[in-house]
Amino acid sequence: MKKTLSMLAVAAVISAATPAFASEAEVPPHQKWPHQGVFGTYDKAALQRGFQVYKEVCAACHSMKLLSYRDLTQLGYTPEQVKTVAAEYQIPDGPNDEGEMFERPGRPADRFHSPFPNDKAARAANGGALPPDMSLLSKAREHGDDYIYSILTGYEEKPAGFDLMPGLNYNKYFAGHQIAMAKPLNEGQVTYTDGTANTLEQQARDVTQFLAWASEPHMEQRKGMGLKVMIFMLAFCGIMVAAKRKLWADIH
Amino acid sequence: MAHFGENKNFSNPVVNWIDNRLPIFTMLIKEYGVFPMPRNVNYMWSFGGIAMTMLGIMILTGIMMAMNYTPHTTLAFDSVERTMRDVNFGWLLRYIHMNGASFFFIAVYIHIARGLFYGSYKKPRELLWMFGVVILLLMMATAFMGYALPWSQMSGWGVTVITSMFSAIPLVGDGLVTWLWGGFSVDNPTLNRFYALHFLLPFVILGVVFIHVWALHVTGSNNPTGVEPKTPADTVPFAPYVSTKDSVALVFFLTIFLGVVFFYPLALTEVDHFRKFDPMQTPAHIVPEWYFLPFYAILRAFTMDITIPFTTVVLLPAKLQGVLAMFGSIILLVFLPWLDRNPVKSGRFRPVFKWCIWLLFVDFFVLMYSGAKPPEGLPLIMGQLGTLYYFVLFLVILPVLSFKEKNLPVPASISADPGCCKKH
Ligand code: HEC
Ligand code: HEM
Repeated sequence: MKKTLSMLAVAAVISAATPAFASEAEVPPHQKWPHQGVFGTYDKAALQRGFQVYKEVCAACHSMKLLSYRDLTQLGYTPEQVKTVAAEYQIPDGPNDEGEMFERPGRPADRFHSPFPNDKAARAANGGALPPDMSLLSKAREHGDDYIYSILTGYEEKPAGFDLMPGLNYNKYFAGHQIAMAKPLNEGQVTYTDGTANTLEQQARDVTQFLAWASEPHMEQRKGMGLKVMIFMLAFCGIMVAAKRKLWADIH
Repeated sequence: MAHFGENKNFSNPVVNWIDNRLPIFTMLIKEYGVFPMPRNVNYMWSFGGIAMTMLGIMILTGIMMAMNYTPHTTLAFDSVERTMRDVNFGWLLRYIHMNGASFFFIAVYIHIARGLFYGSYKKPRELLWMFGVVILLLMMATAFMGYALPWSQMSGWGVTVITSMFSAIPLVGDGLVTWLWGGFSVDNPTLNRFYALHFLLPFVILGVVFIHVWALHVTGSNNPTGVEPKTPADTVPFAPYVSTKDSVALVFFLTIFLGVVFFYPLALTEVDHFRKFDPMQTPAHIVPEWYFLPFYAILRAFTMDITIPFTTVVLLPAKLQGVLAMFGSIILLVFLPWLDRNPVKSGRFRPVFKWCIWLLFVDFFVLMYSGAKPPEGLPLIMGQLGTLYYFVLFLVILPVLSFKEKNLPVPASISADPGCCKKH
């Protein structure tokens, strides 16, 4: 058995050591995120800044169809603030009593307004590439948060000899190293309302945390409840072991 | 559950009245109260009850998920997400159901491993064992169809890969696949029938589990010595002794399960399960759930067509060999009571069998590793060797050991076994 185990270990090492194919994306470096781990929680200030980045930059191309404006109260915004944000958008509605479709200002219960009416329109505006919906992006990518952060900060000059297709951009963290999205974030792009320095890294970290929240909005509730459940279960384990020991003591 | 004999006399008049007309309380006491259990059963004997609990949990959470689910290709994914986001504790329902399937399989695989090691499949428990294999097959079908329901990339492509497998069957293959799909591609009719069947099958499993437990209560449980109880000194009443011991195991198992549900709910899932199914875009790695990986490795272990010698006429294409081997690897378990005819049940007293079975358990993980990797290089070879050992064990080694193995002396009775009644 030991032999087989060491064989398994050897196999694992060999497969890990095989060099990645040239077109395969580099593994994004691992970062610390405040929401990681058993006790991790979201950093609300970062989420608010991240929402600002999404709203002012990413929302021009990427939809977030699974989110409603009212969900934003979880970031610490008041219902009044959420109403104001929602009302900035014109939401298609109808038909009205005359049978006409119309647009009206958004309400907190509305889903996030999508930048394009459909995927074809989104592709047409982006040189044929589809900007993926972002509601679940961090859960739907290998290396989740690390990957998104790395994509945003991973734009570089293409290496000499690299054959970049027209309209694409070099990014070593994207599969195939060429991505249709032009570098979306730059130093100083968003002016934060809370006065935080708007470096590229800061903006990338903030929007990444916002996307993590968007894909798992119940994480804090889940972990909080989980802690109580675990304490209960461990106590339950102890009681059951004691009961069993006592019961079986007399038949040994 | 078999025959009740005469009714007990209950002091509570209402209980007595009911029991005289429908002896349900007499039955409960007989089957779950005084029911004699070998006194030396170890914690491996708790996993049947654990599996049953998981089945209950799956049915309960499944019904509540179904109340919020829409079986349509354009709506399914979003309806599951809506459950997660907008239904009170919907995220908990989904994470319990999603990870519950994995833990159900963990329990059942341990349960089967116990049966293999201690020879629980042998006379007089052959039928009990065979119903167990039926349960395993039904569980696999149920889990496979359940995984399709969120209509994610993994759902759609998993269904495509696995159903296409049937096209390897000569003559009727392609027609069969179209029939399974309900059309010419994996589409809405496929999703609809999978939903109907995924709802139905757990209740079929429940029925088969009932028969399984009924058969168990006719023969009684096996035990680590493999020697049947002979005197009352060999047994203890199920309640409170074994029921309490089972509860210890159950509570520990549920603690680990809930730890995963609350803190690592995505640990056992592929990222592509959170992308909508797109029939035009194949994901980089189509990997089944971990509990299917060993069988997936067997499916892919066959890479050479068998031809008529010196011609190019293909007798048995590689793909068909794989499909036959994969189904064969499970169907073969039905015949296990007749493949292994050694009169000694427990692996404890079979020095060669013991190591062969341990190697089978290791083989299971080797195959699992192989199934998770692209079928090339070392993982492929591991898969092929693993497949070879699996079939050689059941079809050659066990039949040979039936007659050739030098068994160790078996204790005269459970209480005569020196290991039986020490403190633990
Ligand atoms: C001008 C339109 C545009 C803007 C603005 C934009 N993106 Fe993109 N994004 C795209 C397109 C198009 C793609 C698809 C790229 C491809 O498939 O090659 C994409 C892809 C991505 C990906 C890679 C997804 C994958 O499939 O792995 C990430 C991550 C991403 N965007 C994040 C962002 C973030 C964060 C912002 C805001 C800071 C943003 N994008 C702003 C157009 C845009
Ligand atoms: C839905 C899944 C299943 C449930 C709920 C279930 C339930 C149970 C229960 C409660 C017991 C009695 C406790 C025990 O001895 O462990 C039992 C015994 C048994 N089960 Fe299962 N079972 C399941 C699947 C299977 C499978 C897949 C097999 C084999 C392929 C199997 C084979 C057996 C055997 C042989 C016994 C008697 C074992 C002995 O007494 O040594 N079961 N089952």
